Amino acid sequence: MNKIKKLVDELVVDYSNYDMVTLTVEKSKLKKLLKTLKESQDLKFTQLIDLCAVDFIDYGKSEWETKEATSSGYNRGIYPQSHSRIDFINEDEVEEYKLTVVYHLLSMDFNMRIRVKCNLDKDSLIIPSVTEIFASADWYEREAYDLFGVLFEGHKDLRRILTDYGFIGHPFRKKFPLTGNTQVTYDPEQKKVINQPVDITPRTLVPKVIRKRK
Amino acid sequence: MSDYKNFTMNFGPQHPAAHGVLRLILEMDGEVIRSADPHIGLLHRATEKLAESKPYNQNIGYMDRLDYVSMMCNEHAYVLAIENLLKLDVPERAQYIRVMFDEITRILNHLLWLGAHALDIGAMSVFLYAFREREDLMDCYEAVSGTRMHATYYRPGGVAKDLPKIMPKFMINKNHNLEQIEKLNYNREGTLLDFIDSFVDRFPANVDEYENLLTENRIWKQRTVGIGVVSPERAVDLGFTGPMLRGSGVSWDLRKKEPYEVYKKLNFDIPVGTEGDSYDRYLVRMHEMRESANIIKQCCDWLKNDNGKYISSNSKIAAPDRDDMKDNMESLIHHFKLFSEGYCVPEGETYRAVEAPKGEFGIYMISDGANKPYRLKIRAPGFPHLAALNEMSKGHMLSDVVTIIGTQDIVFGEIDR
Repeated sequence: MNKIKKLVDELVVDYSNYDMVTLTVEKSKLKKLLKTLKESQDLKFTQLIDLCAVDFIDYGKSEWETKEATSSGYNRGIYPQSHSRIDFINEDEVEEYKLTVVYHLLSMDFNMRIRVKCNLDKDSLIIPSVTEIFASADWYEREAYDLFGVLFEGHKDLRRILTDYGFIGHPFRKKFPLTGNTQVTYDPEQKKVINQPVDITPRTLVPKVIRKRK
Repeated sequence: MSDYKNFTMNFGPQHPAAHGVLRLILEMDGEVIRSADPHIGLLHRATEKLAESKPYNQNIGYMDRLDYVSMMCNEHAYVLAIENLLKLDVPERAQYIRVMFDEITRILNHLLWLGAHALDIGAMSVFLYAFREREDLMDCYEAVSGTRMHATYYRPGGVAKDLPKIMPKFMINKNHNLEQIEKLNYNREGTLLDFIDSFVDRFPANVDEYENLLTENRIWKQRTVGIGVVSPERAVDLGFTGPMLRGSGVSWDLRKKEPYEVYKKLNFDIPVGTEGDSYDRYLVRMHEMRESANIIKQCCDWLKNDNGKYISSNSKIAAPDRDDMKDNMESLIHHFKLFSEGYCVPEGETYRAVEAPKGEFGIYMISDGANKPYRLKIRAPGFPHLAALNEMSKGHMLSDVVTIIGTQDIVFGEIDR
């Protein structure tokens, strides 16, 4: 930890330590930080084990808070409190994001792991690509772009990877309903497979309950 | 003539050598690959998103279906992540059971890999032999969990059930008479552990059998030696883990380097390759099977002399005993709570990885204090492997692409998630 602090202190905004050292970094200094971590002889974080995006927009929002339970029956789990319960996306709405990209690095020489987090601005989806530093970032960044819509600046081949050809939207954002937006059926009149809006409403089978430890 | 030099070719998704639903767009120069562009996602089921909408325990079943040939290893990473967030201790017996089944899973996986890989390159009989042994291991799965493949056996805090006292037997049917059934049941008279013991005793001879067919086989060597060479530095940079990394000569195994459960107490070797080609990776995996059998043997010996608990006694997390529920109010309440709402995991994040047969299978889990994971990221070992397909196959012939897909041990359940 001290070794890391000494090397990258001026680049890092925040330290924390859940299960491994976690550094939070600003977008502008991300590449420099990762390069330092990789190339420093005392750390040698040579492998990018994982890269993923996280959508924090619903963080800490519960679906189940009971206010009354006697005369009118339970009122919990009925009113949507998180985005995943809201009906389908309204495209005109001004979008605000709360996305974070998380990098997990591994140093084989020193048997260490480190987590680097980079928060995106709420009105922008752009983050520098790290494909020049780690070759394995290529597909991981494509995945994060596909599922969350994070745009990696400098990625040479930022295409969708997991979703279908011609898919619209970024399905792993919390605002994207679990049921999806379109369903596919065969239309016997047109004699072809067509897309149409889904005819089921998103619902929660087991409400999300948050308990704060006292 | 020269105007038509390069052409693109579509390989898969419905091709027997594509190991599932891989679609490759190959740019060919005659028979030589100039570039390969894998199109994946045809098996994408959004496991991570589904997991965000379900209580923790209900997601264990999804984990089996990720890498559907190494089921229990996937569950293992998932329950480890939960245990890490809950700071939950696991009884030693459960740890041994898990390690034993992890290694059974490793053999299951490598046997399927060996069979399919050999079949792709043109050796039919290995496939049949490998499936013969897989059948016995599937029976072990069935004995503990009731299912042959998608076991859902691990639980946060231990495993779902203790090892059974009897091994299920074959019964007389219209295809087998009493004599044949007795022959089939010869090693099923004792407990499950006796059955596993007898399997482990004969398994090294089976591996010899496979090696007899392949290791010095001229055709096998011609198809695999020098195909898909990856240098150690490149393998690290490309995010390789598991046998793909060790085949390139990097001695890195999480069972040794970050020992989880009881791996610290067990004796085993980590085989490494030298050349980093498909043949070396084959040798590494063959050796790993022998080592796994060795580990299973050690676990078996320990478990036979032990009568401890198989799951944590923390009743807020682990389901109560069925018999106990009938006359104990507390157990009934715990059962109701656990199977309706689940349990809440304290706020935090964690990354836990296990050495799955294919490499490092990791779970990155974020909890906001709810009964469902806030975000679950699955780090599948096959994903960076397949990403390197372009680099590995460049300059090789078309038929070598099949070898490279085979040597990467691709399974789409985990890549597409």
